[in-house]
Amino acid sequence: MVKDPVCGMDIEEQSAFAARNMDGTTYYFCSQDCVDKFDANPKKFVHPSNDTQPIVSSATTGVNPKLAGSLHVELPIVDLDCATCALTTERVLDSLDGVQKANVNFATAKAHVTYDPKRVSLPDMEHAIKQAGYTVGGAKTQIGIQDLRCASCVNFIEETLQATPGVLKASVNVATQQANIEYLPGVTTLANLRRALESTGYKTVEPSKGMPPEDAERAARLAEYLNLRNRFVFAAILSAAVLVLTYAEFIPVLQTIPTQINWIILFVLTTPVLFWAGSRFFVGAWSAFRHHAADMNTLIALGTGAAYLYSTVATFLPGVLPAALRAVYFDTTAIIVALILLGQMLEARAKGQTNEAIRKLMGLQAKTARVVRDGEEVDIPIEEMLVGDVVIVRPGEKIPVDGIVREGTSTVDESMITGESLPVSKKLGDEVIGATLNKTGSFRFQVTKVGKDTALSQIIQLVQQAQGTKAPIQRMADVISGYFVPTVILIAIWSFALWFIFGPQPQFVHALVSAVTVLIIACPCALGLATPTSIIVGTGKGAENGILIRSAEALETAHKLSAIVLDKTGTITKGKPELTDVVEAGSWKLEIGKSNLQPLMSNLQLLALAASVEKSSEHPLAAAIVEGARARGITLADATDFDAVPGHGVIAMVEGRRVLLGNVKLMAQNKIALGDLDIAARHHADDGKTPMYIAVDGEAAGIVAVADTVKDDSREAIARLKQLGLEVVMITGDNQRTADAIARQVGVDRVLAEVLPEDKARNVQMLQREGKVVAMVGDGINDAPALAQADVGFAIGTGTDVAIEASDITLIKGSLMGVVVAIELSKATMRNIKQNLFGSFIYNTLGVPVAAGVLYPFFGILLSPIIASAAMAMSSVTVVSNALRLRGFKPSAAK
Amino acid sequence: MTVMQLGVLFGAIVLSVLVVWFFFFSEKTGARLVVSSGVQEANIVVKGGYTPDVLVVKAGQPVRLNFNRQETASCSEMVLFPDFNKSAKLPTSETVSLEFTPDKPGEYDFQCQMGMLHGKLIVE
Repeated sequence: MVKDPVCGMDIEEQSAFAARNMDGTTYYFCSQDCVDKFDANPKKFVHPSNDTQPIVSSATTGVNPKLAGSLHVELPIVDLDCATCALTTERVLDSLDGVQKANVNFATAKAHVTYDPKRVSLPDMEHAIKQAGYTVGGAKTQIGIQDLRCASCVNFIEETLQATPGVLKASVNVATQQANIEYLPGVTTLANLRRALESTGYKTVEPSKGMPPEDAERAARLAEYLNLRNRFVFAAILSAAVLVLTYAEFIPVLQTIPTQINWIILFVLTTPVLFWAGSRFFVGAWSAFRHHAADMNTLIALGTGAAYLYSTVATFLPGVLPAALRAVYFDTTAIIVALILLGQMLEARAKGQTNEAIRKLMGLQAKTARVVRDGEEVDIPIEEMLVGDVVIVRPGEKIPVDGIVREGTSTVDESMITGESLPVSKKLGDEVIGATLNKTGSFRFQVTKVGKDTALSQIIQLVQQAQGTKAPIQRMADVISGYFVPTVILIAIWSFALWFIFGPQPQFVHALVSAVTVLIIACPCALGLATPTSIIVGTGKGAENGILIRSAEALETAHKLSAIVLDKTGTITKGKPELTDVVEAGSWKLEIGKSNLQPLMSNLQLLALAASVEKSSEHPLAAAIVEGARARGITLADATDFDAVPGHGVIAMVEGRRVLLGNVKLMAQNKIALGDLDIAARHHADDGKTPMYIAVDGEAAGIVAVADTVKDDSREAIARLKQLGLEVVMITGDNQRTADAIARQVGVDRVLAEVLPEDKARNVQMLQREGKVVAMVGDGINDAPALAQADVGFAIGTGTDVAIEASDITLIKGSLMGVVVAIELSKATMRNIKQNLFGSFIYNTLGVPVAAGVLYPFFGILLSPIIASAAMAMSSVTVVSNALRLRGFKPSAAK
Repeated sequence: MTVMQLGVLFGAIVLSVLVVWFFFFSEKTGARLVVSSGVQEANIVVKGGYTPDVLVVKAGQPVRLNFNRQETASCSEMVLFPDFNKSAKLPTSETVSLEFTPDKPGEYDFQCQMGMLHGKLIVE
């Protein structure tokens, strides 16, 4: 056995493809390719220090890992779910020969390993971790390899790749000419992997990214459209010739052609139209037939086939027909095929536009991101991004994935995801959504979601899923479709028979024409297309407006709603307390004992004291006060001797003054007279606010009031819901007084207060028992049972969490206006579906009998099959075009 | 009524019976799914219909159906299992797998989005 110096394959000397002698040594090669490479540059392959196993230098550092000292690596472990699991993993890693130190951090789910690359490799560690039951979170990629011929070069390439730092697993497939690599994107990059692969002497193929799905779909649609167009053009040209020749007797130049010869020419012209341009009808009809089913193709194939067959018999075997019945219908056959192809061509083009919304969403995906790696800014493809990466975004750039702002501020245009047209300001700690556009400032954010977990991917997935569901209204159309084609065939048979038996002369001609017309005019496709196309356009339109509809059923039910239950906290209100009022006590306006009328403490001073005390508190109300003070530009002082009295409030020293902040109990305990402040406090409480007393140096100084405030557009949204004819009900766990106050502010008449979270679903059910179709709007977390109980559950989303399980419809933008838009969209879509269903139903129920000739006895009207084919082609185009009108849907608020 | 007319009448009756029998009463052939490593699997060709279009599976065992659509007609673009709330888009000449576990025995229909193509899943 010897080694091929080029590819490293083990080969038998006698079976080698070729041999070369150099510096007194004979080298053997496995293939022409290897010989060629060797001949081109033998020195590259023959190296004195090369002990046949070529040294592969690290693609990242350029240093041979075999010569380097210990290395350090960070391995993300994806399914580490308990603290003890971290210990287990640590022990497993530690037990590996060559691992000097392993430290697994449960919180970050990362293993920090210091190891000797000479004794242990990353794949070994990956294997060990897998044995322990966990998975190393690597990225997967495929790199194409050019001219990979010998199967045994595979080992060599695999070894090389596995020796590259950051690679967890590498396998090479000769059949697909690809290397499948699992690697740690934090340690190496795609470019490095490619370099490592090329160090083996092979060329890599530009990563066959494949076509992005939206392009693939578009290409398929275009191919279908072009195919139909070619067939149509072919059919149209020949049909025109057929038409001219059919009426040869009226055209002087052609009058001389004998009828029999003319018919043969017509036969020659029509045959390719039917069997090439129209082959799809016959192929389709045959495959349906084999399944004991029938569709539109069956009808067209039967209709055109019958006309063609009869004409062919009349042309070549005129003897079998009585002289009066010798006629040809080649013109009918050819023109029907051309017209139906035209219809399908137009339909294909129109249908390509139905899913424009999804395509737009897919196109929003950013391709690359600027990430900080090892302190340096590098541009990497988004497929390589990892959760935890820090991304830099400059003004005018797209935010690549979801994350949380860590540095800097900016405004971001989120309209493409949320439908909110105003830019949103972002500061430290705010969530940013991938695919949105950074406007003004530069900032850095930490990645929280990548790949299929990002909001954009989830939106696309949800919409696609919804488009595959069925609206209940379609059930009727389905039942009809099931019986439609066989029924039409029966009608065609009987219209033939009845015309033949009872019809006027020429009976056979009338019978044949009416049977063919019946088959051609019937359009099952219009009925089948009616609902799904509108649903596709409707759900897509929803996504454009930040409304994610989970199923066609939800979209349908939303137009029938009669009552809507709104959760108070987080739905009508912002869900976060805010500072609303600061009231200074009258007594404090005068400094006691002096005749000076200047107030001792201004409103702002009072707030400053309160906020300084609360700075040290962790209570959510405290945060509201601190935030309120900061927003008013107040600098906070430090508080000392801080003491929180549970259920009462807090006490602290600020700038030498003893400040008390809390409820009436705290004041009573400290024997502080409240005076007229008591009335002011009660007044605020009536407004649904939470008042807190402040006392300074033993005297009541004032009140700060905090409340969960109403969202800016809640009032308008509720007014619109009422306009849409819905009964609006507010549900909350808060006390009646607070609930009433909020209800008054936003104009809700019916309030269900002091409802425990677990009772919300029962309240929804009670409304349903009143015979109402009820929608529930909530945040989807603590009111999930109520959302599920409701006929339509709306979840008000916040930021990137779009896949809220319990909801039927998710509103990405956290505004109640979304509910209004969703209901309007539902109404528009259902109106559209009904138009479509009604139109196609009426078309068929009128068209088929007229084609059969029911009008003939009364008005002498008998349809020509050509008219029938034009009508049929237009009917399905009309349905799709009507559905496309939905694209023009605009929420009433935007009008 | 001439002999010819009687012949046509008789022909129409016979044809009608044939049509009704063919579409509604004739036996469709079913295919029992092959079980491999705990999953009941079947490859289904979508071309003017589903081949095979009657699938027999056992309840409580995961089912994997690999659809391969070999036509461009948009009718069959999607396959739906309304009872299982499953659907998949079938790009031409690509294999798309659908997986679910039927729990209750019974007969469930599957179909294309427009309801033109039908198949049946029989859960035993």
